[in-house]
Amino acid sequence: MDFKSSDTITGPRTEDHLPQTAQAAVKIVIVGGFGVGKTTMVGSVSEIKPLTTEETMTQAGVGVDDNYGSDTKTATTVAMDFGRISITDQLVLYLFGTPGQERFWFLWNGLFEGALGAVVLIDTRRLEVSFDVMGRLEERGVPFVVAVNSFPDAPRYPVEDLRTALDLSEDIPIIECDARRRASSRDTLMTLMRFLHSLAMTGALRR
Amino acid sequence: MTPPQRQRRFPKPEPVPQPPPREEQEPPEGQKKNPERLYVITGPDGVERVELDLVTLIVARADPPPSATPEQAALLRLCTAPLSVAELSAYLSLPFSVVTVLLTELVTAELVTVRAPIIRQALADRSLLEAVMHGLQKL
Ligand SMILES: Nc1nc2c(ncn2[C@@H]2O[C@H](COP(=O)(O)OP(=O)(O)O)[C@@H](O)[C@H]2O)c(=O)[nH]1
Ligand SMILES: [Mg+2]
Repeated sequence: MDFKSSDTITGPRTEDHLPQTAQAAVKIVIVGGFGVGKTTMVGSVSEIKPLTTEETMTQAGVGVDDNYGSDTKTATTVAMDFGRISITDQLVLYLFGTPGQERFWFLWNGLFEGALGAVVLIDTRRLEVSFDVMGRLEERGVPFVVAVNSFPDAPRYPVEDLRTALDLSEDIPIIECDARRRASSRDTLMTLMRFLHSLAMTGALRR
Repeated sequence: MTPPQRQRRFPKPEPVPQPPPREEQEPPEGQKKNPERLYVITGPDGVERVELDLVTLIVARADPPPSATPEQAALLRLCTAPLSVAELSAYLSLPFSVVTVLLTELVTAELVTVRAPIIRQALADRSLLEAVMHGLQKL
């Protein structure tokens, strides 16, 4: 671990300070393969310049979780970008862009389970890179929506073909988005929130 | 052209929750937040840590005392206004678990307060979801 001496540490700009009234935060995870647009999406809606947090993880267990009795430990440092949206003076939303093919993230208990839900970003040129992450979310009962990033040279499938290919039930929203545009990223998050709300209405949040 | 085919998976049976060894007090319940009620857990490395989430908000209660280490002093100066553990990790360029160790010392020394996040519940809080939607709409 390197610790920067305190005079080289730049904290948040004054205008980026949360009010003292900020009482609690919620989080949403944006997950997808490398280059699919996670950082772009976080950056397009965040009120702060996206930041990066990292964690050193071992194959056997992760950070704050105990997992004793394994001697085959490989330490890996993984990083994720995140941004922030102030919802009210009391409530803050954080968005984490998590590389989906890093199964280490799923060893971090609470990262996904503690999130309100997830956005799975997919690139139709490499659909299969997101298969595993969707399966892991399903296994953990984390509600998610699927956002198809519209890369110009990517094959375009009708939504129903995608739904069949991804083996998603009818209720799970599949939407197109352009992560570079704030309005589009915001609509994607709104789609997730509406989906979570509908699950809450039907009492099905814990599937 | 046909896309590749995935097969859906289903929720795994809940793992039997292992109650972490606690220091005299009960963990926070549901969405109630009580900064004084925190788990202290011992990690695989034998280091004690307060149970913190990436989005737990940290607020300094006091200026760094003369006895503070440079890391502690830097951390305290960063969170004069509420700041998440993730942001502290980013600004300090330290891994999350290292920051949680530093914060455990500061919580124990009563130099910071902790505002627990709202995590997804079996029974979702609709008004919370509505508040988030309302906030997003303003973007
Ligand atoms: N056409 C298009 N390009 C995008 C979109 N989102 C991201 N990109 C581009 O794709 C590249 C990788 O995006 P990035 O956010 O770094 O991906 P990450 O690895 O998932 O964080 C960048 O050059 C972006 O400008 C999108 O929605 N549409
Ligand atoms: Mg990225």
